[in-house]
Amino acid sequence: MFRKLATGATILAMAATLQVGSASAEESLYVPSLSYRTGPFAGNGIPVANGFADYFTMLNERDGGIGGVPVTVEECETGYNAQKGVECYEATKGKGALVYNPYSTGITLQLIPKAPVDKIPVLSMGYGLSAAAVGEKFPWVFNYPATYWDQMSSIIKYIDSQDGGIKGKKIGFIYLDVGYGKEPIPLLDRLAEEMGFTVVKFPVGVKEMQNQSSQWLNVRKERPDWMIMWGWGAMNATAVKEAAKIRYPLDRFIGNWWSGANADLEPVGQAGKGYLAASMSANGTDFPAIQDILKYVVDAGKSQVADRSDVGKVLYNRGMLNAVVVAEAIRTAQEMTGKKMITGEDMRLGLENLKLTKERLKELGLEGFTAPIIASCKNHGSGGSIFLQQWDGEKWVRVSDEIPPMTDLVREMLEEAAEKYIADKPDWQTQECDG
Amino acid sequence: MIYREAGQFKTSYKQDSAIFPILQDRIAIYFYLFVAFIVIPLFGSDFFINSMMIPFLVFALAAIGLNILTGYTGQISLGTGGFMGVGAYSAYKLTTYFPETNIILLILLSGFFAAAVGMIFGLPSLRIKGFYLVVTTLAAQFFLEWAFIRIPWLYNYNDSGAIEVPQREAFGIIVTGALATPTVRYLVVLSIVVFLTWIVSNLIHGRIGRSWMMIRDMDIAAELIGVRPLHAKLSAFAVSSYIAGVAGALMVFFWLGAAEVESFDVNHSFLILFMVILGGLGSLVGSFLGAAFIWMLPIIIRATPKAMGLDINASTVEQINFMIIGALIVIFLIIEPHGLARLWAIAKQKLRVWPFPY
Repeated sequence: MFRKLATGATILAMAATLQVGSASAEESLYVPSLSYRTGPFAGNGIPVANGFADYFTMLNERDGGIGGVPVTVEECETGYNAQKGVECYEATKGKGALVYNPYSTGITLQLIPKAPVDKIPVLSMGYGLSAAAVGEKFPWVFNYPATYWDQMSSIIKYIDSQDGGIKGKKIGFIYLDVGYGKEPIPLLDRLAEEMGFTVVKFPVGVKEMQNQSSQWLNVRKERPDWMIMWGWGAMNATAVKEAAKIRYPLDRFIGNWWSGANADLEPVGQAGKGYLAASMSANGTDFPAIQDILKYVVDAGKSQVADRSDVGKVLYNRGMLNAVVVAEAIRTAQEMTGKKMITGEDMRLGLENLKLTKERLKELGLEGFTAPIIASCKNHGSGGSIFLQQWDGEKWVRVSDEIPPMTDLVREMLEEAAEKYIADKPDWQTQECDG
Repeated sequence: MIYREAGQFKTSYKQDSAIFPILQDRIAIYFYLFVAFIVIPLFGSDFFINSMMIPFLVFALAAIGLNILTGYTGQISLGTGGFMGVGAYSAYKLTTYFPETNIILLILLSGFFAAAVGMIFGLPSLRIKGFYLVVTTLAAQFFLEWAFIRIPWLYNYNDSGAIEVPQREAFGIIVTGALATPTVRYLVVLSIVVFLTWIVSNLIHGRIGRSWMMIRDMDIAAELIGVRPLHAKLSAFAVSSYIAGVAGALMVFFWLGAAEVESFDVNHSFLILFMVILGGLGSLVGSFLGAAFIWMLPIIIRATPKAMGLDINASTVEQINFMIIGALIVIFLIIEPHGLARLWAIAKQKLRVWPFPY
């Protein structure tokens, strides 16, 4: 009898918690997080997902959410697989999703045509389709703080500023042979023509990420003056190791912002000393906002990070920057519409009118964390600046000032690419922008 | 009890050799078709149709394609992913050149390109068998993957290297692209899958299918009886690749909407081979059962904790998912090495004689 009563009580208690759970879920801003904590890219996916989730948990704990409404972050596991990503999208879009951050170029490409139909914006932060930065043609897609093409132009600018300019030099480009890696090639070819340097390309297939000896043999043969890398996951560490093996000068080897994480260089250690990588978010925990994350989330045991020291690493901070952009866009949308509970359409407005100025960053406790992001109807990529960081054998050290991209040239090419993208799509939704 | 056949008399050879000789089976088929064509489009949610039914049908079709080759003709192939890709890329190129033509027709045409490629890579099967053939089909897979990356003409020189499905209409309704409703896409896929299954079923029960099975069971004996291995094997490769190609085109045009070479990699070849083996070699029902098992079960397992109100991390669920599916595959193959189709047949046999043991 007693046992029955006890079971009954437990069931009742469980039902009650369930009810509480669903009641609070109604009044919250729903942000799905397409994460990948499994699969070949989990090493990169985990810190990104942690940074993203922890910032929102911190906002919920410290401020009670955004504008008084708590934020619910629901993770859906994609394994960096485009098919599972679409499945996650279908499973979560009906729950009032405000914005999608796919963290995979493959998934982004799948979601771009769906965004205007379901009226949920896509924020591919520093990845995805570069052409989507053209706001008139892609009203529902955003890629702050900069596109791959912006980034490539910044890197070329940096090389140009080093010993005697880039003219007449040979640039090697090693890239993951998927959509992501091929994305910057048109710009690179164009810049080569205009600035008078030659480009040698070294594609690395997904299956040979961890065996690049043949590519690096070619690098040795070609002897490029500089190497640029568009890598991801296990490819990065392997490339740096191989470069060190053939004694390629690592301070002339620049990775993009997905090729410069702690997880990439820690296995290489001292051998990777001197390797350069672009970045858009500062490292370390010396920011009031990150201190708050440590205080309210990590130390309170509400984070999924394995170790306290994971906070402040490159990709953790990158995920957090993504969350900051989303949170600020929600806030902007709330201010613009006067509503507390916003929809995907309001969110689009918020993203489009995002003004993450230096002052605002300071208010958020993130002074100098990233270059300001000033968005507009026309500009969905913002053309933000990047900086370079260097691996000193143990950690990343920032070594350059902010390098703005070659906006004029990039913008012109982006518009061409956007035209091309929508050329064969009748009824593609565009928008008019003033000025 | 339910399956009582008493009173069903067969008065002609035609009735006796029908595919579904039992009345209840025929009723069941009509019932399934009714559910698939009417109930699901009316009552299925977007998620159910988009993420469960459409992929299930696509994979079932691909599994049927591989089953023709592996199950009926006995030629193991690991090139299915590549052949699906040929179908998808050729449908994409066809619709680029003929934007006004009915997309459904183009998809059915695209299978012929896959069939041609399949026949070329099927040529070695005349000389080599078994594991050696696996290796050559694997070579086909790798070569095709290479071609999808290295020949930019195939993806219209897109910067992203992906094929993106344009919006196309058929019979005045938008059937592809983001504006096509899930229900419309589902009905198109379903119609094509049902149609091709019907064709394949007729092929298998006819002369061609019988020659395939003779080759499978004993090729020398088949040759002595008068089956020409060249015709039998190459036709199996052609039909199999045709079906796989159509499945690939359906996958991109009606399910994914955009695809990189990743969607046609060797993992998909394995996935479909698992569907065929698990579902049952040489069985059409098995292809559907195998596809359902491999594609739908993980989704159901993934949704279970949330439906029960348990708060488990998405990644933990994924890991548990891998373990459960792996264990189930092993268990099912131990219980019944001939696959789910055989289990289904045994269950049916038991039902026929129930309540008596035999």
